[in-house]
Amino acid sequence: MSEETAQIVLTVNGEAITRTVAVRQHLVDFLRTELGLTGSHIGCEHGVCGACSVRVDGRVVRGCLMLAAQADGAEVVTIEGLTDTGEIADLQAAFVNRNALQCGFCTPGMLMTAAELLAEKQAKSREEIRTFLSGNYCRCTGFQAIVDAIETTLAKRLEQR
Amino acid sequence: MSDRALRAPLDRPNSYIGRTLSRAGAKRAVAGRGRYTDDFSLPRMLHAAFLRSPFAHAKILSIDTSQARRQHGVALIMTGAELAKLVTGPWIGTLTCFPGMKSAPQYALAVDRACWVGEPVAMVVARTRAEAEDGVERIQVEWEELPAVTDKATALDPKTPVLHPELGDNLAFRKTIDTGSVDAAFAKADLVIEETFEFGRHTAVSLEPRTLLAAYDTATGKLTITTSSQCPHMLQHVFAHTLGIPQHNVQIIAPDVGGSFGLKIHTYGDELATTAAAIQLGRPVKFVADRLESFMSDIHARENTVKGRIAVSKSGTIEAFDIDVLSGAGAYSQYPRTSVFEATQVLNITGGPYRHKHYRARATVVYQNKVPSSQYRAVGHPIGNSVAEHLVDQAAYQLGIDPIEMRRRNIMADDVYPTTSASGIKLKDLSHQRCLDALVDSMDYAALRAEQANLREKGVHRGVGIATFIKGTAPGPRGYYGVGGAPISLQDACVIKLEPNGGVICAVGVTEQGQGVDTVMGQIAAATLGVPIDSVRVLSGDTDATPFGGGTYGSRATAIGGEAVYQAARDLRQEILQLAGILLQAEPDALDIVDGTIVDRSDGRQRLPLAEIGRIGHYQVGELPNSVQPILSHTRRFRLVDDLYIFTNGIHGAYVEVDTDTGFIRLLKHWVVEDCGRVINPQLADEQVRGGCVQGIGGALYEHCLYDEAGQLQNGSLVDYLTPMASEMPDIEVVHVQTPSSVSELGAKGVGESGTGAAPAVVMNAVNDALQPFGARVTAQPITPQSILIALGRI
Repeated sequence: MSEETAQIVLTVNGEAITRTVAVRQHLVDFLRTELGLTGSHIGCEHGVCGACSVRVDGRVVRGCLMLAAQADGAEVVTIEGLTDTGEIADLQAAFVNRNALQCGFCTPGMLMTAAELLAEKQAKSREEIRTFLSGNYCRCTGFQAIVDAIETTLAKRLEQR
Repeated sequence: MSDRALRAPLDRPNSYIGRTLSRAGAKRAVAGRGRYTDDFSLPRMLHAAFLRSPFAHAKILSIDTSQARRQHGVALIMTGAELAKLVTGPWIGTLTCFPGMKSAPQYALAVDRACWVGEPVAMVVARTRAEAEDGVERIQVEWEELPAVTDKATALDPKTPVLHPELGDNLAFRKTIDTGSVDAAFAKADLVIEETFEFGRHTAVSLEPRTLLAAYDTATGKLTITTSSQCPHMLQHVFAHTLGIPQHNVQIIAPDVGGSFGLKIHTYGDELATTAAAIQLGRPVKFVADRLESFMSDIHARENTVKGRIAVSKSGTIEAFDIDVLSGAGAYSQYPRTSVFEATQVLNITGGPYRHKHYRARATVVYQNKVPSSQYRAVGHPIGNSVAEHLVDQAAYQLGIDPIEMRRRNIMADDVYPTTSASGIKLKDLSHQRCLDALVDSMDYAALRAEQANLREKGVHRGVGIATFIKGTAPGPRGYYGVGGAPISLQDACVIKLEPNGGVICAVGVTEQGQGVDTVMGQIAAATLGVPIDSVRVLSGDTDATPFGGGTYGSRATAIGGEAVYQAARDLRQEILQLAGILLQAEPDALDIVDGTIVDRSDGRQRLPLAEIGRIGHYQVGELPNSVQPILSHTRRFRLVDDLYIFTNGIHGAYVEVDTDTGFIRLLKHWVVEDCGRVINPQLADEQVRGGCVQGIGGALYEHCLYDEAGQLQNGSLVDYLTPMASEMPDIEVVHVQTPSSVSELGAKGVGESGTGAAPAVVMNAVNDALQPFGARVTAQPITPQSILIALGRI
């Protein structure tokens, strides 16, 4: 039996993409295997760990809980795109300076989520930052350095406004 | 060259030793440009998926693969019996350092019989993972379910079935340590506290699952395996010997590794099968464990029941500990590291910080129809520390002695080293007293106690926990693996080279998993040589490019690998100064290398850039006297000589709040005072401690591989298996006391695991401190809200 497929047209990191995909393929598998965007990672494939988080039409979603076929017509941004636009360059620098990552496997998803928090442009307590991150699993850092890096970046951004 | 001149680079102002530098790997990862094994694809690559046993114990009567073979995209199907014909083995996970230990032969894919839920039984290799999984679904297995052994408490009962009949019973290993006179010490003690402790099975849950990509070059006979591993050279040996390929023709590459924690120091049957398929097909084959497979086939750890007793005098002097440990090994002893280390380590370290002379400790390790258990971050330490520290606290409460004071009266004094613990292990260079003092300051102990008392009156129940610890780091070759016969190198090595441009290549056998090993090795090399950090490039995680080593486990990278780097860099420095002396007609001792330039030691006058030594040493050797042949490449190996481990020490404090209506525990703050010897990169050391603590907290409060009586794993998903997440974790303050190790010149000790080893003890103590006025206590981990309410008599 051959795979059932669908043609999708979408934008990924600003680039127009047309592909025929297996209808059962997850968005994150599509991004990784078809487009070579390996910055989005697969940690659990059931929507808990957050490693596959990508931005679809402006909102962060789990790339493992969405089918590639469902992204037809969507605007998708991955960590690679987010890096290229410089939108979170300050946050990325803060992560590096604060060593807010060790193995780095959760980091793209963590940054995606943190970018959403920063985009709210609201002052947040450490407690609130921690709650915001509660859908992103990190096994290495113990989270404190991640909270520190986000807190620092948020404070700087609010200061600059 | 004088000793002072050699040591000078480490002690200089602006030395890279003791300085926080960020990691190059981190810059790559934040941009989404990390390179993990699953990010690599090769031409004609195929994907493997596995049929796994749905039963804890069952005979395989038949396997029908005919339908699966017709499945679209399937290239190969392999059963256990078919794989067994292609490999040597089966594996037997025993080591001679554990006398009397037994384990049954284990096949990479089950042959005739499966012994745990999740044991790999057959492999399908197909064009895509999805097609491989389709193939797995079409394999028909006829099973005959057998009775399962699940409860370790009854595993040795005569009426319990024997899992491996050829072993005679379900016993894997027994060990006893007995100083003698323990019964007498208990008989005359003023106070004896006795308690039974349960430690739940849990597992590493690295975010990147086990992943392997095998490629075989049929022309040269070279096997290249890219895999998420901590120990490339051990894998090289195991794969070479099991697959019958000369070891020097096997290259293991560990690229970026997405978390490991001991999980990735082991060998797994599905990974061997994947590699065998790549050889058989002459095509690259990749295997990525999914999350359910990870829960069902990654090693588990910690399933132990401990009966513990402490004998104490009225004045609060600890006279003796007596512990009896029952450890659940799972279905087989994990090859080649075994499944008896956890219990052995509990025996070694329980009560290790204290001065008592009498100690008896027994370990019994039994087989059961569960995933094999084996080494996971801080092997045994969470158990031994939790048991001893609980008993010490309870004794303190009963004697009306403050827990800090109780420890002050019993910990080993800082001036007694070297000494030997009651368990018989050698201890050197420890600092319990200084650490205790530092903790009291750091947490402002008196203020916390005052706040606790104040809040008690308002019905808020907070607890203050203290837990002191020792931690075995950087294992030596005369302890276990080396002397026991495991193909694991207990030495580690560095090859350091000066390149023509003055750059330095530093190749090491220890490996990087995000801790910052590469950065730390670079700092040691740069500091020792006297060159800018940017001129050093560190190579790790590739058996073709690095000297033979043990890899990174057991908190050994900096202590062992770092010392090899230090010594190799010192040799290179010496040669550079000798060459410079010839070229400058100066005494080498009168010269120095500072910031990549040869200078006069006396006044710092710049004489020659290092690149000039590189240029002449490689291209213009004719400018040197005939008798001088530059090498500019130096190798050093380092190992412990007589010591079992480099023991470290430290102390944790925790402040928690227990809701006595719901049983919920809130972690308010955590403090660590750590003595890991000379700290190379303070930030990286701190973050190892923090991450380690949180992993320990996971075991103390959340993580549990739950099995039912039939041996079915009940919670193999991240929905059902709870892990620490950002919102529940406290901030952790880390303070370092630095007592350099006397066994190396660098003086570094291990730091990666100690947080995991001590955090469960301090959290359990803090919770029990909160419960103390209720006369309630909890001694089973994970400590659940339910267990708190039961202890309080609320349910």
